[in-house]
Amino acid sequence: MKKLIVSPAPHLHGKESTKSLMRDVIIALAPSLLVSVYYFGFSAVKLALVGVATAVAVEYVIQKYIVKSKITVNDYSAALTGLLLSLNLPPNSPWWIMFIGSVVAIGIAKMTFGGVGQNLFNPALVGRVFLLVSFPVIMTDYSIPTSWFREGIDAGSGATALSIVKEGLARGLTMDQIFDANNFSYSQMLFSKIGGSVGEVSALALILGFIYLLIRRVIRPHIPVAIIGTVLVFSGVFWLINPESYADPLFNVLTGGILIGSIFMATDYVTSPMSKKGMVLYGIGIGVITMLIRYWGAYPEGISFAILIMNATVPLINMYMKPAKFGKEVKHG
Amino acid sequence: MSKTFSIGGIHPHDNKISINAAIENFPVMERAYISMSQHLGAPAEPVVAKGDKVKTGQLIAKANGFISANVHSSVSGTVNSIEMLPDLSGNLVQHIVINVEGDEWEESIDRSSEINRKIVHSPKEIIDKIAECGIVGLGGAAFPTHIKLSPPPGKKADYLLVNGAECEPYLTSDYRIMLENTEEILIGVKLMMLALGVKKSYIGIEENKPKAIKRMKEIASKGYPEIKIVSLKKRYPQGGEKQLIDAIVGRQVPSMGLPIDVGVVVQNVGTALAVYEAVQKNKPLFEGVVTVTGKCMPEQRNFRMRVGTTFESMIFAVGGFPKDAEKLVSGGPMMGKAVSRIEAASVKSTSALLLLTLEETKRGEEANCIRCAKCVDACPMGLEPYLLNRLSRANRVEDLEANMVHDCIECGSCLYVCPSDIPLLDTIRLSKAKVLKIIRSRPKK
Repeated sequence: MKKLIVSPAPHLHGKESTKSLMRDVIIALAPSLLVSVYYFGFSAVKLALVGVATAVAVEYVIQKYIVKSKITVNDYSAALTGLLLSLNLPPNSPWWIMFIGSVVAIGIAKMTFGGVGQNLFNPALVGRVFLLVSFPVIMTDYSIPTSWFREGIDAGSGATALSIVKEGLARGLTMDQIFDANNFSYSQMLFSKIGGSVGEVSALALILGFIYLLIRRVIRPHIPVAIIGTVLVFSGVFWLINPESYADPLFNVLTGGILIGSIFMATDYVTSPMSKKGMVLYGIGIGVITMLIRYWGAYPEGISFAILIMNATVPLINMYMKPAKFGKEVKHG
Repeated sequence: MSKTFSIGGIHPHDNKISINAAIENFPVMERAYISMSQHLGAPAEPVVAKGDKVKTGQLIAKANGFISANVHSSVSGTVNSIEMLPDLSGNLVQHIVINVEGDEWEESIDRSSEINRKIVHSPKEIIDKIAECGIVGLGGAAFPTHIKLSPPPGKKADYLLVNGAECEPYLTSDYRIMLENTEEILIGVKLMMLALGVKKSYIGIEENKPKAIKRMKEIASKGYPEIKIVSLKKRYPQGGEKQLIDAIVGRQVPSMGLPIDVGVVVQNVGTALAVYEAVQKNKPLFEGVVTVTGKCMPEQRNFRMRVGTTFESMIFAVGGFPKDAEKLVSGGPMMGKAVSRIEAASVKSTSALLLLTLEETKRGEEANCIRCAKCVDACPMGLEPYLLNRLSRANRVEDLEANMVHDCIECGSCLYVCPSDIPLLDTIRLSKAKVLKIIRSRPKK
């Protein structure tokens, strides 16, 4: 007689896996990657390749030879970290910067905590911030490399819009003067950044990725919406009070790392809260800290720090922000 | 607008491949294996002995204790033995084994197909009749129906909700009776309303069964105005008792509470049909509709089948055991039980026999939790399965209670969605039992 399988219910399982979810995030990053290749040519390709290869190799080596655990590189999570980090570097970064960043991201921020699912901080952001504080000159040089597709790019200033604004304001200029002097326009921000990291080049490409993630139900909208909403409200209040010294809300959302950070970094499963309430609180926290750094901090952009700081609060948020329980409030209809 | 419950839920493919198979009578087997534990509560006490002649529908075991139910013979013949036999899970249960000789029914049973619309019984008589005929809840739990219809003193029902959601994938037995025994179900609902003394009843049906909704509405509009048909969103576990109440009347049963605490009694459409047959036709519960299905099966069928039919005979009636079938499930794929031996027999509440291939039922290898929160989103009780799993594995009983592990309805949504194939429900089920035992052992105030 044939042996039957006997196991507890449920007897069916969904088709999603860590691998399929990570693959979807990588697919969602494809538009941004393609746009960055268009603008930055070989530099973008080089960074992505070095980033992914290093991240995967570091995880493999650690699992195979150091901790001797199961090899999990085929779940794409290491590849995703490498790719995300490459998209967060200035386009002209040398390959070894990318290499060091990936080693730190996977080797320190992910594997020392126990690998996938165990890390407290977003590995790609740890890598980026490590590079930013270790190699400040390279990490703030946003000059644009030559591309295969485009020659002689319009703005080669090597500075991001946020740093231009921050310096301009420090020199006593008004927002209007800064905008005029630099030919800032919103269409430029939507389709091609004035200056910024590889993946920030087109807001539209990032938003496309966001829509894909929502349709595929990979992420919930709560975190990105909370961050962007907070940035809009926070900057909106200051802009209304003093439009001469504070950039308008739309400028604040479309420049810098708000979009890539809120869509792809803050929504990292492992380092974000579990309940929807918690996600909203976490998003508001990131939005506020980002704006505090932008307006009064030493750096022109603060979302990386903001996300890392809020990462640290996630265990606490999970402890206190519980999902609504069924039957807690007895409704009498 | 279709209604739905307010928290969580998942959307598994419904796979109702047997939906168009009309109900056929399953041939009476050579031997019936009738379990004494076909209901929640104490096993029934046999009232026949080895060698006794019994008729179809004859009482062969009496309810034993407050929560228990009568058991009737599903065949006519001679009692072969009364012995402990393994049930589908392998637990030893007392069975009455009957050698079948012909099919001679008790004379008191009205076997005509004519619908008996005339209600002559008082509420008390209806409940007594239901108890006498051994009716149990056919939605899965097999709780004795007469007890559910007699709320404890001080508690009163405002509504009777009837579950026709059939939210489990694959199952079509409730769907078929809603199409083929529509008016009988409505009369059964009316009888239960009389027994409870409620003025309003709702039958909830998932919107993926438009024909059943249409037919039910049609018949209800001609003579059953007090019964409303409610279309429900296709979302699992829409037919969960607490979810159904939330969806239809917007009341949430409190933790550790019963539907009657919010003034509701829930019954299943199959139970309504059994109530009709018991009260109007004098027919005890000894047969029911069972879906025999599976993608690996050559045919998809819905059978009206006697209680005590072996799973083996069901499989062989539909072309034999498929080569690639690896798992047999009694009931739906989300909450049904895996059958450990095909010689085990059906009980009153058996709704389906589902055959699954390894490909369909395979659970992936457990990987690290990536804290995607999909289990939290899926849980219809608002629990945090990832956390309960962690606490269960660490045996942190107090924290488990604080996180309401005892509210788990074991619907399996968390395990279904988990991308890391963590056996969430397996660990939660164990700790739930542990915590419930502790809660129940506390002195009541």
